[in-house]
Amino acid sequence: MNATTLAQWSNMAVYSAMCVLILALIAFAVSFAARGRRTDAAATPERQAVPAGVGAASASDLPDAVESPTLAPDADEPGRRAGNIGMSLTWLAFGVLLVGVVLRGIWAERVPWGNMYEFSLTMSLGILAVFLIVSLRRDVRWLGLPVVGITLLSLGMAVTVLYTEAAQLVPALKSWWLVIHVSAAVVCAGAFTVSTMIALLYLWRERAERRDRVTGIVAKLPDAQRLDTLSYRIIAFAFPLWTFAVISGAIWAENAWGRYWGWDPKETWAFITWVVYAGYLHARATAGWRGRRAAYISIVGYVALLVNYFGVNLFVNSLHSYSGM
Amino acid sequence: MTQTTIPQAPAPLPPMGTGGFLRWAWRQLTSMRVALILLFLLAIASIPGSVLPQNGTDPIRVDDWIAGNPTWGPILERLGFFDVYAAPWFAAVYLLLFVSLIGCVLPRTATHVRALRSVPPPAPRRLDRLAGFRRFDVKGTPDDVLNAAESGLRGRRWRVSRGDGWVAAEKGYLRETGNLLFHVALVTLLISVAYGALFGWRGNVIVRQGTGFSDTLTQYDAWGGGRLVDPANLPPFAFTLDDFRVEFERNSSQRGAPRLFEADVTLYPRPGEAPEQATIRVNEPLLVDGAKVFLVGHGYAPVLEVRDALGRVVVDQGTVFLPQDGNFTSTGVVKAPDARPALGIQGLFLPTAAVDEIRGPHSIFPAPDDPAVFLSAWTGDLGLDSGVPQSIYRLDTANMTQLGLESLRPGEMWELPEGTGTIEFVGLERWASFQIAHDPGKEPALISAALALVGLMLSLFIRRRRVWVRVSAEESGDTVVQVAGLMRSDEGDLEPDVGELVDIIAEGRPVSG
Repeated sequence: MNATTLAQWSNMAVYSAMCVLILALIAFAVSFAARGRRTDAAATPERQAVPAGVGAASASDLPDAVESPTLAPDADEPGRRAGNIGMSLTWLAFGVLLVGVVLRGIWAERVPWGNMYEFSLTMSLGILAVFLIVSLRRDVRWLGLPVVGITLLSLGMAVTVLYTEAAQLVPALKSWWLVIHVSAAVVCAGAFTVSTMIALLYLWRERAERRDRVTGIVAKLPDAQRLDTLSYRIIAFAFPLWTFAVISGAIWAENAWGRYWGWDPKETWAFITWVVYAGYLHARATAGWRGRRAAYISIVGYVALLVNYFGVNLFVNSLHSYSGM
Repeated sequence: MTQTTIPQAPAPLPPMGTGGFLRWAWRQLTSMRVALILLFLLAIASIPGSVLPQNGTDPIRVDDWIAGNPTWGPILERLGFFDVYAAPWFAAVYLLLFVSLIGCVLPRTATHVRALRSVPPPAPRRLDRLAGFRRFDVKGTPDDVLNAAESGLRGRRWRVSRGDGWVAAEKGYLRETGNLLFHVALVTLLISVAYGALFGWRGNVIVRQGTGFSDTLTQYDAWGGGRLVDPANLPPFAFTLDDFRVEFERNSSQRGAPRLFEADVTLYPRPGEAPEQATIRVNEPLLVDGAKVFLVGHGYAPVLEVRDALGRVVVDQGTVFLPQDGNFTSTGVVKAPDARPALGIQGLFLPTAAVDEIRGPHSIFPAPDDPAVFLSAWTGDLGLDSGVPQSIYRLDTANMTQLGLESLRPGEMWELPEGTGTIEFVGLERWASFQIAHDPGKEPALISAALALVGLMLSLFIRRRRVWVRVSAEESGDTVVQVAGLMRSDEGDLEPDVGELVDIIAEGRPVSG
């Protein structure tokens, strides 16, 4: 297989993954929209299953089996089948995209994150990976629609706006730290994306619960408390990793540019993201800030992450301008 | 940062009197809410520095910005917006944040130390409303059961206390230890950064191929050091730039992008010591005597041989031209004050020359495939005797007259009008620019950052939890056992811990009933 064929195969894999994701998106949408005979709030199995008296402890103390699809009340839940199809298609898309990313790396003869196109591909892979790993431990079919949607958005932008031919790296990027620093950042970006999707769903569900109008699609979501906990767990995983990404970036910067911290716009926004998510973790431990306000803070943190990725790469004069565009 | 509860009533007004006010201010500052607000202020205060050009990284763009915004430029400059990270208001935010952090970590450390010395409190009277509650009967006496539970829990590194008919155990103290470690490490990180800023220094120097550099203040093009650095005591090393290799992408869409920079140097670590050969690359600095030598840039030094009206050679070395774009369209100035008459030359150097109507002469590729110089020669007073320091990259033409314009390819010579002299484009040298830095704070900063990361992971992944056993004897001789637990952290699942405890008790003791 020569280089051009590899390139074609890589691009083909990416397009195929997108097609599969579109099908997954449709399946998740069907699963969401499907309405059974029971449409009132009583149809939320999670609520029924909470034994009285456990309310004092946090809801996450409940065994996960409560929301497992094997439980009888769930078995005939409308849209369950479509949701399962969506999950299978997402696994398939992940596999195909992984092939595309690996082929890209073989083609370029280096790790496949040397420019914005490749970074977007890898980040999409990261989003799907975090979602699928979470799905191994709990039922998150309700999360499929937003997660697959944003992955498609990221991939769509990659193949249209950000596409760049594979090329060698500029000398500043030729370092082992590229592998360590960027892969940590990619996984964090994936995790923060998933946690943000959950935070948005939390705000929706929480509003419905406050107004006592948990009907229709909102009723398909887990209760607000559970959404909050899941979002927190993902951030609690990603925040130390983000800290590590910033530290490894500082070590690399010291090696390449002669200083470990120089307030380059990329560094500044990584710092801002870090500070905002640190604020989120503190807010969750502070009365009056947990819940809605904490969710808003985590969304602000994600906005800072996006500014860092798109804003700094494309519009600001930064030492990190490696977009290849 | 202490956990606080939102007061039901509006926050109390500060009491009268200095002492009361100070106590009130301290309580406010160390409260979690104020810490949160300071965190967000810190994030917001960082933003302008990423949007506006900064003096620390790009002073020329700062000047351009101020010149382009005559109203806002000077105002923002006075407010420190071009030196955000050194501005007093930025320092105020992070210093307040750190004071708040210390004010919170100290009492928490005291509390934690007390907790580490104490034993878990007695089991609650009723366990049946607590998380993970289980009740079962086993064979054996209550004391047997409690003995087994106590030794089993201790063996699994629980902290255990025992009373009449109960065992209480607690685990996960490392969570709070990690939390405190994280916050303390942030303080030492800040101290390390400050230490590096006071005792560190960095300088930049351009070295032409074939020439050398020795580490004294006068040799630097730019040098900055902390307040406590003695510039007379720089490490006494020296090096010569023997060879500089550079390659550019010739194919693909990223044509012209750099692919390789390498500088071969001969290093003289200390006077009198044997020289060593070394290669400096991007990402591979040279470490010498506590300082690091980084390769940060490169460019061309065209060799223009200048003769004056008397035919004397007044310039015969390469002159450093500074690149202006990615294709190394470079500008430079040659000054010949000793020529008769004195000569000054403004030059444009193009490694791969092209001329078009819109952009004029410019370079289309960074490698010297088709080099050319475009020169403008001047004669008159160079202004070097006025006592005002002058940039070697700028020609003050106020008291000079232009002799003419010419473009030269290598080997070509320009006879200046009226026999004022000749300029020959002899050839091409390269130069490399180095940053030489010494930062004694970077190792402590790295250690602090690593400790902060360890502390952070402990505080996020370890769960503080308690479990209890209560036993009572039955008439049949069996023992009724009740177990339950309490998650003292934000959230988490107690099932595995309670399950473990049940296994300990049930081990070798048939469960009846």
